[in-house]
Amino acid sequence: MKKQNKKICTIIALIILFILVYFAQNRLDAYKIRILNLGAIYVTLGVSLNLIYGFTGQFSLGHAGFMAIGAYVTALLVLPPYYKEASFILEPLIWPFTVIHAPFIVALLLSGLITALAGFLIGLPVLRLKGDYLGIATLGFAEIIRIIANNLPHITNGALGIKGIPEFTNLWWTVGVAVVTIYIIKGLINSSYGRALMSIRENEIAAEAVGINLTYHKVMSFTISAFFAGVGGGLFACLLTTIDPKAFMFVMTFNILAVVVLGGLGSITGTVIAAFLYNFFLEYLRPIEAGFNLGPIHFPPIPGLRMVSFSVLLLVLILYKQRGLMGGVEFTWEGFFRFISRIFSNKKTTEGSAS
Amino acid sequence: MEILNIDNITIQFGGLTAVKNFELKLQSGELVGLIGPNGAGKTTIFNMITGIYAPSVNRIYFQNTDITGMKPDKIAKLGIARTFQNVRLMENLTVIDNVMIGFHLHLQSSIASAIFKFSGYVQEEESIYQKSTELLEKVDLERCKLEKAGSLPYGQQRKLEIVRALATEPKLLLLDEPAAGMNPQETKELMGFIQRIRDDFNLTIILIEHDMKVVMGICERIIVLNYGLTIAEGNPKEIQHNPEVIKAYLGVEAQYA
Repeated sequence: MKKQNKKICTIIALIILFILVYFAQNRLDAYKIRILNLGAIYVTLGVSLNLIYGFTGQFSLGHAGFMAIGAYVTALLVLPPYYKEASFILEPLIWPFTVIHAPFIVALLLSGLITALAGFLIGLPVLRLKGDYLGIATLGFAEIIRIIANNLPHITNGALGIKGIPEFTNLWWTVGVAVVTIYIIKGLINSSYGRALMSIRENEIAAEAVGINLTYHKVMSFTISAFFAGVGGGLFACLLTTIDPKAFMFVMTFNILAVVVLGGLGSITGTVIAAFLYNFFLEYLRPIEAGFNLGPIHFPPIPGLRMVSFSVLLLVLILYKQRGLMGGVEFTWEGFFRFISRIFSNKKTTEGSAS
Repeated sequence: MEILNIDNITIQFGGLTAVKNFELKLQSGELVGLIGPNGAGKTTIFNMITGIYAPSVNRIYFQNTDITGMKPDKIAKLGIARTFQNVRLMENLTVIDNVMIGFHLHLQSSIASAIFKFSGYVQEEESIYQKSTELLEKVDLERCKLEKAGSLPYGQQRKLEIVRALATEPKLLLLDEPAAGMNPQETKELMGFIQRIRDDFNLTIILIEHDMKVVMGICERIIVLNYGLTIAEGNPKEIQHNPEVIKAYLGVEAQYA
């Protein structure tokens, strides 16, 4: 398939996506839009975690911490100054946070940059560690960030959190950011630098022996990953309209990790699919908790049953798809058309045998 | 021209002296064999040259630059490439990707131009692809360039590893048991291949090998190690008749034979 044709296909797909988002934003009810928004934010977060874990092979559990930084930066930037004065009741907000105010896009970009800086500073010492040790260290840093947020009342309003954040996040933003994230990270992966990252995942000693600077590439991957986690955190803040340190506990990281592992390590396509499936399932399993009748048997309402059945679903998936939904395979236009033509040729053979 | 100067290095791991007073002066274009029984310290010497270990005593100079204690990637950039005793490929990447990784250290383009595929980067990538394909053609691997490296038979994995080392455009190539796991036919091809690449790429090569046919057949100079000590040095003829070497390799019974 020619490059030109692929580009045309991608443009057509983007236009279809644009139309879909337009209809979803205007026709669907707020609840469904909310789920789609969450799904798209999880795409951003998941793809960024996949870069560091799936492609570079560095087990990082710090995403909730990076999200927290992004969320607070965005919240402090988009809240109107008069509103800040009213809501910081524990301790007054200190200068310069009292006066700064920025449009949403600037806030998102700054969230990304500041989180990337934090990622760089954390990554430099921590990425000397490997495997589980790295996981624990990054988890520790995420907790540190959360506890700092809890204990800096004149910046973060402490445990009360920040409320009344303007609800800027809509499908245009979440899907737009997800598309940009995928574009950039896919661009990175499909480049010489991406090959270097994957070779670090495959064999560090060999990678170093062919001249790949491990520290530089790991920290670069970690920093870019943190950037998008920060942007995702910003979107998250403006979707929920209220953030507090408890929102960024380990469960948040776990959710993103589950999306990445479900989709398949090292597959952006898998992460995208898993991000939406994960959120759909979490929401549409809610009726189970309300109690239901299965034929003659009545199930009483049991709170928490949703998570139990969700875990069973995860287990089933892991039993039958050890390497995730996509198993490390990416969507390509060639594969897509091959798939379509296979469906059609199958139909033909069945028709033929019937006649 | 002197390319490598190993100045009497010694390395100790705790109480164990793995290599003692090892000396090697290498002229550009030489093909030197490093032999010795298992555990003699051959691979340890490779690990010191490539920066995985630093010698405890004395220093290593490559083209008059002191490389002692430099990180492996820096040393690779200076022009030393190696293969490993137990093949270390990027098994889940394709064969061609494995070779293209070797060219990464010469990449000029920035990350941004790589992500957004600026024309400078695209040209560089294309030339890397071209050069990698040419390298693979030399070892008849280019027809399986889209297969995963881990799925190749063992002998071809070894060849691929050598090709990946060549992709870094080295001046000095260290081959750690390249003939291990190859059948006689493959070994014969390998010998020709090693001599060819030395001439084509102006390489200096150090070779660790247990297959004496290979070592005696292509090396001009051989160094024999035993328990970390250099016990003999000379051309293949001299080594074959050196009583110390016979003792180390065949044991004392050889004397009664």
